[in-house]
Amino acid sequence: MKKSHIFGIIVIAIAIVVIMSTAGDASAYVTFKDAKEMADNGNANKIHVVGKLPKNANGEVVGIEPSPDMLSFKFEMVDENNEKQTVFHANPMPTDFLRSEQVVVVGNYQNGNFIAEKILLKCPSKYQEEDVKV
Amino acid sequence: MIHYFAGNLGHFFVILAFVSAILATYAFSKNINDAQDQWARFAKGAFYVHAIAIFGIVITLFVMISNHMFEYHYVYNYTSKILPVYYQISSFWNGQEGSFLLWMFWNAILGLILIRTNKQWRAPMMAVFTFTQVFLVSMIMGVVVFNIKIGSSPFILLRDVINDEIFKLQPDFIPEDGRGLNPLLQNYWMVIHPPTLFLGFAATVIPFAFAIAGLITGKYREWIRPALPWAQFGAAVLGVGILMGAYWAYETLNFGGYWNWDPVENAIYVPWLVLVAAVHTMLAFKKSPSALKASIILVMATYVLIVYSTFLTRSGVLGNASVHSFTDLGLSGQLLIYLFVFIILSVWVSARVWKKLPTNKEETSAYSREFWIFIGATVLCLMAFQVILPTSIPVWNELVEAFGGNSNMAPPADQVGFYTPFQLYFSIALALLSGTGQFFWWNKMDKKKLKQAISGPLMISLIISALVFVLAKVQDIWFLLLLTASIYSIVANLKIFFDVAKSNIKLSGGAIAHIGVAMMLIGILFSSGYSKILSKNNTGLLWSKEFPDEINQNNLLLFLNEPRQMGDYSLHYKGMRKLTNDFGYIDINDIEGVISPIEVTIARNTISSTGEELQRGDTVRLINDENSYFEVEYKRQDESSFTLYPRIQINASMGNVYSPDINRTLTADLYTHVRTFPDPKQETTWSDIEEITVQPGDEFFINDYVARFIDMQPVTDLDGITLGQGDVAVKAIIEIDGEHKTYTAEPIYIIKDKMAGRIPDYVNDLASRITVQNILPEQNSFVFGLSTTQKDWIIIEAVEKPWINILWLGTLLLTIGFGVAISRRYTEFKKMRDKGME
Repeated sequence: MKKSHIFGIIVIAIAIVVIMSTAGDASAYVTFKDAKEMADNGNANKIHVVGKLPKNANGEVVGIEPSPDMLSFKFEMVDENNEKQTVFHANPMPTDFLRSEQVVVVGNYQNGNFIAEKILLKCPSKYQEEDVKV
Repeated sequence: MIHYFAGNLGHFFVILAFVSAILATYAFSKNINDAQDQWARFAKGAFYVHAIAIFGIVITLFVMISNHMFEYHYVYNYTSKILPVYYQISSFWNGQEGSFLLWMFWNAILGLILIRTNKQWRAPMMAVFTFTQVFLVSMIMGVVVFNIKIGSSPFILLRDVINDEIFKLQPDFIPEDGRGLNPLLQNYWMVIHPPTLFLGFAATVIPFAFAIAGLITGKYREWIRPALPWAQFGAAVLGVGILMGAYWAYETLNFGGYWNWDPVENAIYVPWLVLVAAVHTMLAFKKSPSALKASIILVMATYVLIVYSTFLTRSGVLGNASVHSFTDLGLSGQLLIYLFVFIILSVWVSARVWKKLPTNKEETSAYSREFWIFIGATVLCLMAFQVILPTSIPVWNELVEAFGGNSNMAPPADQVGFYTPFQLYFSIALALLSGTGQFFWWNKMDKKKLKQAISGPLMISLIISALVFVLAKVQDIWFLLLLTASIYSIVANLKIFFDVAKSNIKLSGGAIAHIGVAMMLIGILFSSGYSKILSKNNTGLLWSKEFPDEINQNNLLLFLNEPRQMGDYSLHYKGMRKLTNDFGYIDINDIEGVISPIEVTIARNTISSTGEELQRGDTVRLINDENSYFEVEYKRQDESSFTLYPRIQINASMGNVYSPDINRTLTADLYTHVRTFPDPKQETTWSDIEEITVQPGDEFFINDYVARFIDMQPVTDLDGITLGQGDVAVKAIIEIDGEHKTYTAEPIYIIKDKMAGRIPDYVNDLASRITVQNILPEQNSFVFGLSTTQKDWIIIEAVEKPWINILWLGTLLLTIGFGVAISRRYTEFKKMRDKGME
């Protein structure tokens, strides 16, 4: 066997390892129901859940509870299947949180509670205004 | 009045640029085989017109911005009246159109240089070069052909983009002011980082154009020489651009570091890696023809990846996956065409001549320099592959869905944890190769010589690593390997540097650049691998039983003027500040009136952070009225201290943006950013009023602070209230001793038209409010109402990043190394050209 063949085989082997690890570590967009099932099956992978914050009749966001030391908070979130779930986050509430249009939480169920490691917000009018200020 | 002329002129230049680019492409390609002067002259002329048109677009847009023509969408959307000139320039890259324009601008300049510096290569190379420009200009065309919108123009009127009622009533309505520049871009790095990056983008097309030109004209080998200095230039500029971006992110964004593996960062990191690999195979080609095919593939891949990264970041396909988001201008189709045209062009041109390309019949020896360079280039490509694969997940999803499937893949949840290990393994290989490969580069090697050459550096680096291992306690096995490999690379390259520099300093570029890379690896290893969150909360106090135990809280709550211990430091939050032009920071509570957004008057005699004494009524200029700073003092046990001013920018349209402040020392950076603070929009909730009856001279307590009622004084001047006959106004003068200074409160009591009115006074630092509730003349006493609220607070995260300066120093060396190498290779090319060979 020529050296270049051995070299080629090694490169392909590394590429396959990279592909496998990508497939293995890639997260997924799921609903709370799927996330719970995953956790029940012992799958501790972190996943993305897309949803909204529930609002009362006056349009105010409800269900937010900061910790007494304000360093963490929990909130309620409704996923795309309209399932409501309390989510915990070990960081203070992001400033634009209440104004967000859509929330993506990245995390998983731990002991039956959803722990968000990251919160991604989609805020209206962040980069594009729809009307003119007069 | 709407300035129609500016917009029309801009449009005209855009169309002119487009048409002249097509003409130049056609004429240059005609000129390849037909060496008549006519075509050459026509092509050059067309390109000059094109360049003038591009400069025309840039100047027109700039004039529109600097004259605040807010009737234009671009001007309205990204600029405002108060922007200084350098930020008016920055607004070019706030929008997609402007950043495409920047790219084209560099292309025009590079094109002019290339036309001047090339002779035989000019026609075929410029044909490819101008062809790319056709696609870029089409992105800002803004014309509709057969109901298909081509490009998005920066010269559209606001009323044509935004559907607002006002335009129906008043078609000529012009807003008073624009929405302003994205606060994140208001940073000096953002003035120079995008131009640098786009110069790198623009430069990558040059080796690509030479490669295509070489393959078309049958000069399969010769294209390497003129292309090489430009490939090195592109790699250097792109590399510097990327690191400037990293530095900007470190200083401005609040994710706590300089690199986050964000898709936008990845999208540009990948072509850079491939370009660096290409530079290496091009160097190897000088001695071995087998590197030719690799060079062709890598040079073409670089440009295709540049276009792909443009597609990723600008088509909106990344969606939620990235923090940098350009607005989707509906250019995805056009960008896809751009991408596919250049993929097909590359594949087609190469496939046609692939069989004819010279190759090496013999197997490359393991003791040849080519062998080592090949492995190095392969490692670089694998690094690129490992990053681009997951970064493209949104694209895979789209692809699957385009074929009717259903895919819900998301990027890895922990990006840093996902990318770092692989990049770390590959970096170890790179460091080893860059150390060893250099010996092969400069000497003919065999087994014995190799042993001789590397045993010295190996021993030295093992000793140094052992020392670092003991002193810095590097115990992770992979970190240790990377550290040893990097030190080895530095030592080996230093040896080479001294050997080579003795004979000719011009040849030392490679050695310098490799030392730079190895230093960067060490800098990254320590600053990221050993970055320490100082504000970690390990009290173990859990507020919710539902929380799992292992969750760490990385933040610290600081109440105003209540110092807290954090590791070796005592932290003291002193309050909110504004930054002035001339006097440093001033207390926000000492500001009274606002003359214009950036001119304010001082409320009471005070001292600014630079020690300037300011008098009541003085006017000071603020640098930016949207910015506020949190003064946090860090005191060490030995009483030495420093103060950091992390920032918040409150922007009406873009929300709150936090930026860190960094205390830099030689060995480590201390990085602090504010996570959150009391929402200024939220109304303060005050406690119920507690009434006390006092006489002048009495002392009492408010919010646990000692207060003294000094005197009652009549008031004659009242803001906004005219006192008539029989009306009375008095103010109480109360001094309160705070932790660090004495505050004065002056609540006012008025009797106007026989009605009592009360104007309370606030001492924000002490979270107190005082009102004069009532006056009891017969007892010569007064009733004060006291209420309190929550003290001002901030939540911070503080991170220590050791040895980050090695990273920046390494970057500098890398750039210098590239500079030396570029000058050497360009001289070689010039010599050949002037001999009439090229």
